[in-house]
Amino acid sequence: MSALLEIAGVSKSFGGVVANRDISLQVPEGAIVGLIGPNGSGKTTLFNSIVGYHPFDSGGIRFDGHEIARLRVTDIARRGLLRTFQQTRVYGGMTCVQNMVISQSQRDIGWFDLFRQPAAAATEKAEALLDFVGLYSKRWLRAGDLSFGQQKLLEFAMALMNEPRLLLLDEPTAGINPTLINGIIDRLKRANANMGITLLVIEHNMRVIMNLAEHIYCLAHGQLLADGTPDAIRDDQRVIDAYLGAH
Amino acid sequence: MNRRLALYGAAALVSLAAPHLLPNYVSQLSMLWVMILFALTWDILGGQMGYNSFGNIVFFGVGAYACAVIQRDAGLAYFPGLFLGLAVAAVLATLIAAILGSGILGLRGHYFAIGTLGLGIAAGELASGWDYIGAGSGLVPPLYPGELGGRELFFYYLFMVLAVVTFVTLRRLYAGRFGLCLNAIRDDEDKAEAMGLPTTRIKTLAWCVAAFFLGLTGAGMGNLLGFIDPRDVAFAGPTFGVWMVLMAILGGKGTLWGPVLGAVVFHVTQELFWTYLLGWQRVALGLLIVGIVVFFPQGILGWAREHWPERFGHRVEEKAS
Amino acid sequence: MWANINILWEAPGFLVDLLANGLLIGSIFALAAFGMALVWGVMNIINIVQGEYVMLGGFVTFYLVQAGIPPLFGVPVAAAVLFILGWGMYRVVIHRVVDKDMFISILATFGISILLAQLTNELFGSDVRTVEAGLDTLQFLDGMVSISEIKLLAFVLTLTIGLTLWLFLKRSRLGQAIRATAQNPRAARILGIDTDRVFAATYALNAALCGAAGALVVMAWAIHPYIGLPYTVRSFMIVVTAGLGNIGGVVVAGLGLGALENLAGFVLGAEFQIAFVFTLMVVILVLRNLLLRRQRKYLK
Repeated sequence: MSALLEIAGVSKSFGGVVANRDISLQVPEGAIVGLIGPNGSGKTTLFNSIVGYHPFDSGGIRFDGHEIARLRVTDIARRGLLRTFQQTRVYGGMTCVQNMVISQSQRDIGWFDLFRQPAAAATEKAEALLDFVGLYSKRWLRAGDLSFGQQKLLEFAMALMNEPRLLLLDEPTAGINPTLINGIIDRLKRANANMGITLLVIEHNMRVIMNLAEHIYCLAHGQLLADGTPDAIRDDQRVIDAYLGAH
Repeated sequence: MNRRLALYGAAALVSLAAPHLLPNYVSQLSMLWVMILFALTWDILGGQMGYNSFGNIVFFGVGAYACAVIQRDAGLAYFPGLFLGLAVAAVLATLIAAILGSGILGLRGHYFAIGTLGLGIAAGELASGWDYIGAGSGLVPPLYPGELGGRELFFYYLFMVLAVVTFVTLRRLYAGRFGLCLNAIRDDEDKAEAMGLPTTRIKTLAWCVAAFFLGLTGAGMGNLLGFIDPRDVAFAGPTFGVWMVLMAILGGKGTLWGPVLGAVVFHVTQELFWTYLLGWQRVALGLLIVGIVVFFPQGILGWAREHWPERFGHRVEEKAS
Repeated sequence: MWANINILWEAPGFLVDLLANGLLIGSIFALAAFGMALVWGVMNIINIVQGEYVMLGGFVTFYLVQAGIPPLFGVPVAAAVLFILGWGMYRVVIHRVVDKDMFISILATFGISILLAQLTNELFGSDVRTVEAGLDTLQFLDGMVSISEIKLLAFVLTLTIGLTLWLFLKRSRLGQAIRATAQNPRAARILGIDTDRVFAATYALNAALCGAAGALVVMAWAIHPYIGLPYTVRSFMIVVTAGLGNIGGVVVAGLGLGALENLAGFVLGAEFQIAFVFTLMVVILVLRNLLLRRQRKYLK
C-alpha cells in the first residue's frame, strides 16, 4: 500500500546553495510524521516544494498516488494538501469567523456558489472549530488584532475547516507560551485521530515532536540524516551531533 | 432598523425630486451619479480586493464607443437604439475584462497599478487613431428626441437607477461568499492560493462586474454629454481615471458607503472649483489629489472609524460565559 | 502599415536612419531611466513625476534661450533649477510618503505629475516648443540617413552625464552613502548616515538628471506640457526590463527602446507612436510576469 505522500529523491537549489539534496520520505495515511533538523537544514524548503510554492530541481512527489510536481499551489491545495506557515498567515482584515468561513473546502464550489451566502452550517462549523482551538470568545475580533499565538491557533483552525487529507505544519508551537503547548499537542492528536487528518510536522521543540510523532525524519545540511521512531531518533548519535554541531 | 429605512426613504425621495428642485443643475446632478458609479466600481478591485487599478477607464470608454457605434449603425429609432447600445456596451466591456483579466490581473501591487495606467492611456491613444470610431474627433451620438431639457431629465433618472442597481448588487455580493473571497485576496493573496481559493477566477470575475457597470455608465455618458472624445471623455485617464481612485480613498476605501460619500464630496468640490477657478481648476484638483493622498489616506469613513469605533463596525470580545 | 514596411524593405538606408536617430534619443530615455532606478532603489518610490521633470527642464532651457542665453548653457541651468525643485518637492511632499505603502507614493507622485503638467499648460500654453541650437546636419548614405549634430551632441552629453553619475555613486562619500542607504536604510541610519538627507539628495539628483535630459530634448527634438507621462512610462519600462541595479541593462534597454519606438512610429504612423509606448509597457509587464510565473515567482 503506497503512502499518502511519497517524496522520492527531491533536490532543490537556490543559485549556488543546495537547500535539499536527494530527499526521500513517506507519510502513511492517518499517521503523524515529524520532520526535524537544525536551522537551515532545508525543512521549510521541502515544505515549499511539496505544496508547489516553487518548482524543485529533480525527483518526484506523489500525493494520493498522483504526481504533483507540475501543479500550482491552488490545485494542490484543492486536492487536500494544506500547509501552515512559519510566520503564521491569516486574513488580518477579516474577523475570525470570516477567516474560518472562507477557509471552507473549495472542492464543491461552483461558479454560482460564489455569489450566494455561505450556508449557516458553515458558520456553525466555524464556531465549533474556533471553540476547539479555544478562540470562541474572540470569534468576532479582527484576525489582525489577535496576538501571535492566537493567530497561530486561528491558522490551525482554518486548516481544519478545509478538511484536508494531509496537513503540513511548520513549527506549530514556535512562539507559543509554554503553558499552552500541551493544549496544542492535544489538539493536533485529536485532529489526527477524530478528523482523520494526516500530519507532517516540522518542529524544533523536541518534547513536542517526540510526544506527537509516530515516525521522525531528521534533516541536516539539506540531506536526510536519519529516520525512525522517536526513541530511535532520540538515541541516534548522528542526530545528536547535528544539533550540537559536531563536524 | 426603522431609522435605516427612514434614511433610505429620505435619500430616495431627495434623489427622485432633485432635478425638479434644482432644474439648473440637472447635468451636474447626473454627473454626481456617474461619479458615484466610478467610485463604487473602482472600489470593488481597489478597496475590497486590494488591486489598485488606474485602468478601469478602459471599460467606460469601450462602453461609450460601443453604444455610440450601435446607435450610429444599427439603424434603429432613438430609444431602441439606445437600449441595444447599452446592452452591447455592457457585454463588450465585460468580455474585454474577461479577456484582459488573466494576463493583467496576474500582475501584483504597483506593477498592476502602472500596468493598468498604461492600458488606460494606450486605449485612448489607439482610439484617437481609429477612423471607424471617429479617430481624434470622436463620435457624436444621435440627438435625443423630445423637448429641451428632456434629455437631461431622462439621463438623470437613467444614471440614478444604474447607480442604485449597482449599489444594491454590490451590497449583495459583498455580503456573500464573493465578498469574503475579495477580502481574502486583499489581505493575503498567497494564503488564499495556499488554501485552494480560485484566485484567478475571482479576480477576473471582480473585474468583469466592475466592467459591466462601467460599460453601462460609459454608454449613458456619451449620450448625456452629446459627444465622445477619445482622450478627454472616453479614455480620460488623468481625469476620470484618477478621480475614481481618489473618490474611493476620500470616502474610505473598502466600504460600501465610502465611495458614495467620497464621490459626493469630490464632485461638489470639483464643481465649486470649476465655477470659481476656471482654468486653474485642474491645477487645484491636482493639489487636492496630493493633499488627500498624503494627509488623509484613511478617508472619511476610516477617520470616523478611528474616532467612533463602536458606531462604525469595531468588534469587541465577548465576555466568557 | 504594410506600405511603410515595404518602404523600409526597398530603401534600407532609411531603416538605418530611423534606427540611428532612435538610438540617439534612446540615450535620453536611458538617462531618465537611470534616475528613476536610483530613486526606486534608494527610496522605494516609483516616481511618476519623472517625465514632468524632463518637461520642465526643457521649458527652463526654452525660456533661457528666449532671454538670449546660448542654448547649451541650458543643460547645467536646467539641472540646477530642477535640483532645487526636486529638493523642495522632497521636503514638502515626498518625505511624507517615503515610508508608506508604495501605492500611496504612486498616487501622490501621479497627482504631482498631473499638477505640474496642468500648471505648465495654464502658465505657458500647450504649444509645441523647440530650440535652435544652430548646428548642422550630417548626411550619410546618399542623404538617406540624416543626423543632426545636436542629436549627436545630446547623445555624447547623455553618456557623459551618465558616466559621471556612475563614478559619483562609486567614488564620492555621498554616493557611497546613497548606495548604503539603498541596500539597507536601517543599517545606514545606525551607522550614522542621515537617511533623510540621502533621500533628499537622491531625489534632487534625479530631478536634476531629468532637467538636463529635458534641456537636451528641447534642443534636439521638441517639448510641450504633456510629454511627461510617456517619459515616465518609458523610464519605468526600461527599469523593469533591465532590473534595478543593472546599469548596463538600462543603457541597452534605453537605446533599444529609442530605436524600436522610432521604427514603430514610422511603420504604424506617428499618431500611434504614443499608443505603441504604452502598449509595449503593458506587454513587457505581462510577459515578464508570465516568465516569472513559470518559476513560481511574482513581480513583487
